[in-house]
Amino acid sequence: MSASSPAIDDGPTRGPARSALDAALKQVAAGWASYRRHPLGMVGLALIAALLATALLAPLIAHVDPNAQDLRQRLLPPSALHWFGTDHLGRDVFARVVYGARTTVQIVALVTVLVAPLGLVIGTASGYAGGLVDEVLMRVTDIFLSFPGLVLALGFAAALGPGLTNAGIAISLTAWPPIARLARAETLSLRNADFIAAVRLQGATPMRIVLRHILPLCIPSVIVRVTLNMAGVILTAAGLGFLGLGAQPPLAEWGSMVSTGRQFMLDSPWVVAAPGLSIAAISLAFNLAGDALRDVLDPRNEA
Amino acid sequence: MSAAHGPTLHTASPADDPEDDRVRRFLAGLGRVAGRLLSIALTLLGLLLLTFTMGRLLPADPVLAVTGAEVNKATYDRVYAELGLDRPLWEQFASYVGNVLRGDLGVSATTGHSVLSDLGHVFPATFELAVFAVITGVAIGLPLGIVAAVNRGRLIDHVARIIGLAGHSVPIFWLGLMALFVFYAKLHWVDASGRLSVFYEGMLEPVTGLLLLDTAMARDWDMFRDAVSHIVLPGLLLGYYSVAYISRMTRSFMLEQLNQEYVIAARAKGLSTAQVVWRHAFKNIRVQLLTIVALTLGGLLDGAVLVETVFGWPGLGQYLTRGLTMNDMNVVMGAVLLTGAMFMAINLISDRLYRILDARTH
Repeated sequence: MSASSPAIDDGPTRGPARSALDAALKQVAAGWASYRRHPLGMVGLALIAALLATALLAPLIAHVDPNAQDLRQRLLPPSALHWFGTDHLGRDVFARVVYGARTTVQIVALVTVLVAPLGLVIGTASGYAGGLVDEVLMRVTDIFLSFPGLVLALGFAAALGPGLTNAGIAISLTAWPPIARLARAETLSLRNADFIAAVRLQGATPMRIVLRHILPLCIPSVIVRVTLNMAGVILTAAGLGFLGLGAQPPLAEWGSMVSTGRQFMLDSPWVVAAPGLSIAAISLAFNLAGDALRDVLDPRNEA
Repeated sequence: MSAAHGPTLHTASPADDPEDDRVRRFLAGLGRVAGRLLSIALTLLGLLLLTFTMGRLLPADPVLAVTGAEVNKATYDRVYAELGLDRPLWEQFASYVGNVLRGDLGVSATTGHSVLSDLGHVFPATFELAVFAVITGVAIGLPLGIVAAVNRGRLIDHVARIIGLAGHSVPIFWLGLMALFVFYAKLHWVDASGRLSVFYEGMLEPVTGLLLLDTAMARDWDMFRDAVSHIVLPGLLLGYYSVAYISRMTRSFMLEQLNQEYVIAARAKGLSTAQVVWRHAFKNIRVQLLTIVALTLGGLLDGAVLVETVFGWPGLGQYLTRGLTMNDMNVVMGAVLLTGAMFMAINLISDRLYRILDARTH
């Protein structure tokens, strides 16, 4: 992620960078050119785009209300009218899967918004302050890291009470330590840089140095890291939903759809198949994209 | 940790008493061990603080858990004081730490047994499942990773990547349900729910708590077959879940080795790919792989919670989720504490093993 990327042929924008923005754009373009060479990464990206589009356009894709019940139409197999069949309350499974995409995007957005700043602040503060502050914060990070994510998230979700927002908070509380570790490492490499010394000599307070000069430089790698961890976040959210501690009915959420469909699975497998496949597809998409991203960003992987 | 105590000094003249030198070295080693123990103790204390906070945040009323819902004001206040809930939080925490150190994790409000004895019953079940899963994961993931590394960038590398990633992407609870649907409901190949058929329940005196071992030692092969037919599906699924991690790490360790010059030298000498991989490269990644396997064991605790719920496996995960849905505070605190302590122990042991076995860290 350092600014000194090797000269890469990136077509029309060849030539020395004229400004910081220009350089950044060039780097992104070079990264994109290298990313495009990963067919599996492109598949992942396409699936993520499809998820976002589905979430955004849900009412246009599914013409039925996902919560509309019709007990005369319960547990119907897939047909031209109900593509994925109906569930035990006669609700259209296709509509629920489509609206479930919204729930997933909501939780992904919530976790990103909570985890990135939390990890950034803890990591940069710890790295810049050093000494006792660093020792204490890193010890706390270690303790959180000493739990398997789902078990800790389960505990927090139960303590906070079930619900979509609380599930997001619970997952965030378990997902920040790797981000903080990363931000701390970046800060350690930055804090003795000349430009930081220059800012310090101008009389900037530590607070200002961290917030205005160090933290922004950590953002790109943190965003990448959050993306890499997203598949795990989605699976944890689905697991919480499955155990009844995530989004509550009647809200369409894939994990809880699998859970309620369990008892009808033997005769009507479609109620369980569709939401489960959706979770698998989107989590695979993030894993594929993350894998390709890792290849692009890790210089050791250059063939 | 150890840096604070510094290395032993060897600047003494040869005339110095060798006995003295040995004492000094022993003391330095003692200091290192003390430092490490202190750091472990601090982490454990943090762990306890976390479970304590979690327990206090739970929406369960610990008084009602003791008395039942129907209670008059006087009794409520008396129990409230008896449980020490009127004391300041730090005092409550101190007594919690004291209780845990004495091995008292409280009594479960739902089972009526002490949480410690409950944990003693459920833990072997989870341990058996996890070991079965790790063996599966290594048996599939290791060859997959090596084949992928040797054939880097070719079709087989991509296929291996997808097999691994799929195992890590498919929600394990869903895969479990699908597997039950196919292999239990449709094909009748395996048994479902629990560790043994009801028929055998209570017929065997547990020795190790690991049913495969206990039944084999009792030479009761019918019961052994029954236990196998119960563990095979959840065990294989949990193992598949870990394949992605094991195969990816094996691939990257292997690639690192294959790029070394000694590999070129070995090839130039005329060795085949198989000889280079197994005789030379594999030897060098064995220690790294061992830590990966240990870390996998810890990571499996996550999947175990969900797999146990799906398969009715009476282990730690099911005990924890039951406690959560029943708002059984002591159960939740105890189970989370055990999980965290287990995870920590595994990390510590794998770290130690790495240092002991890897010649470069001496």
